[in-house]
Amino acid sequence: MAITIKRLAHQVLENHINLKNTVIIGIQPRGVFLSDKIVEEIKKELPDTTIGYGKLDITFYRDDIRKELHIANRTDIPFSIEGKNVVLIDDVLYTGRTTRAALDALLDFGRPEKVELCVLIDRRFSRQLPIQPDYVGKSIDSIISQKVKVEWDKKEVVLY
Amino acid sequence: MQLSTRNLLGIKDLSSSDISLILQTAEQFKEVLQRPVKKVPSLRDVTIVNLFYENSTRTRFSFELAEKRLSADVINFSASASSVSKGETLLDTVNNILSMKVDMVVMRHSASGAPHFLAKHIPAAIVNAGDGINEHPTQALLDAFSIKEKIGKLEGTKVAIIGDIMHSRVAQSNIYLLKKMGADVTVCGPPTLIPKYIKEALDVKVNYNLKETLQWCDVANVLRIQLERQNQVLFSSLREYSLAYGINKKLLDSLQKNIVIMHPGPMNRGVEIDSDVADSNQSIILQQVENGVAVRMAVLYLLAGRSSESN
Repeated sequence: MAITIKRLAHQVLENHINLKNTVIIGIQPRGVFLSDKIVEEIKKELPDTTIGYGKLDITFYRDDIRKELHIANRTDIPFSIEGKNVVLIDDVLYTGRTTRAALDALLDFGRPEKVELCVLIDRRFSRQLPIQPDYVGKSIDSIISQKVKVEWDKKEVVLY
Repeated sequence: MQLSTRNLLGIKDLSSSDISLILQTAEQFKEVLQRPVKKVPSLRDVTIVNLFYENSTRTRFSFELAEKRLSADVINFSASASSVSKGETLLDTVNNILSMKVDMVVMRHSASGAPHFLAKHIPAAIVNAGDGINEHPTQALLDAFSIKEKIGKLEGTKVAIIGDIMHSRVAQSNIYLLKKMGADVTVCGPPTLIPKYIKEALDVKVNYNLKETLQWCDVANVLRIQLERQNQVLFSSLREYSLAYGINKKLLDSLQKNIVIMHPGPMNRGVEIDSDVADSNQSIILQQVENGVAVRMAVLYLLAGRSSESN
């Protein structure tokens, strides 16, 4: 998994040289595990660059408050995203609904030049909205009844 | 995690984990209110009626703003401009409003227990915005939020509640909440304005001496004299009250420490609090008002999530 994360970080760098006009935003709570590691990798590569790094909670933008109540986490975006290239980071891309909510939440902070999506796991045949990732750690073919969980402490991805 | 109740009638019915959940959610809403777009779509399909049978500035505006910033649809009702003056009962009024598909009711009423009565008869979620001399739960929650923000914690914090304890729903809700969260509470005021058995009933300390109380506390929550609820003479005059229990700069400067001053509003400057105290940097009165919106957003959000499960 460490190698995969390293590759994701380098792919992001390849497309955004020196991260001049680019910021990185992790989606709370589980996307932040991945974004922390990617930002760490990028810092190793570019030790002198300051990286715009924020965290976004999408609880209040969900479309399922009538089904299930989620508890909010901290949103912390200490910079303007107006005109920036934003790389959104999450651990698992599944139905696409979280990404949809994240896009809505993000646009309330300003008008970015471009938004890209980076995920560790892409459950590629279970999308419910027209959303595709730009950077993918691993693609998994799974059916709806299965669950995918990324266990960061054990450094593994569990399918059950 | 969710609230243990589907209405917010009073702090009395909440558990300490309910209170923590509301305060924690309010912190996230406070961050939302700092954004360029101070609005989230959480309650897009929820309709809320604000039913005010008693006058209010802060609470009504605060609820209305909270509702609008959650994207709920809002209807405002004030008793004086409605069919209540033609003799319609509370239950009939509410049932008529509910038949137009309203999901939540925010109500202020001069009769203690009015929202509890309503809760037994209607399916919509009810938020008590103050009932008579009973409770004002969202005020207590925003006071607690403000104390936590200023001091860092509630547990072990020494809070003095000063003034007309007898007729104050703010005092009662604050005492319930602070005791549940492990704070230390002293009530202070003229003996005629403090209920006789409050020490035994609510487990608080009582001190009739203002200076001693201020010297003891970390936070002083100063209350207004509720003249509209008093039907007998309980103290000789407002001037006399002000001399014995009014908080002024000289008194605060004579203490050996810096205490935090709070007031739920509306203030009667020169009676319970002097202008040089109310506008000083020890006072967090305007922060209380600011936090009120975030706290009310948290309450409405958590109750909307709760009431949707029963549908």
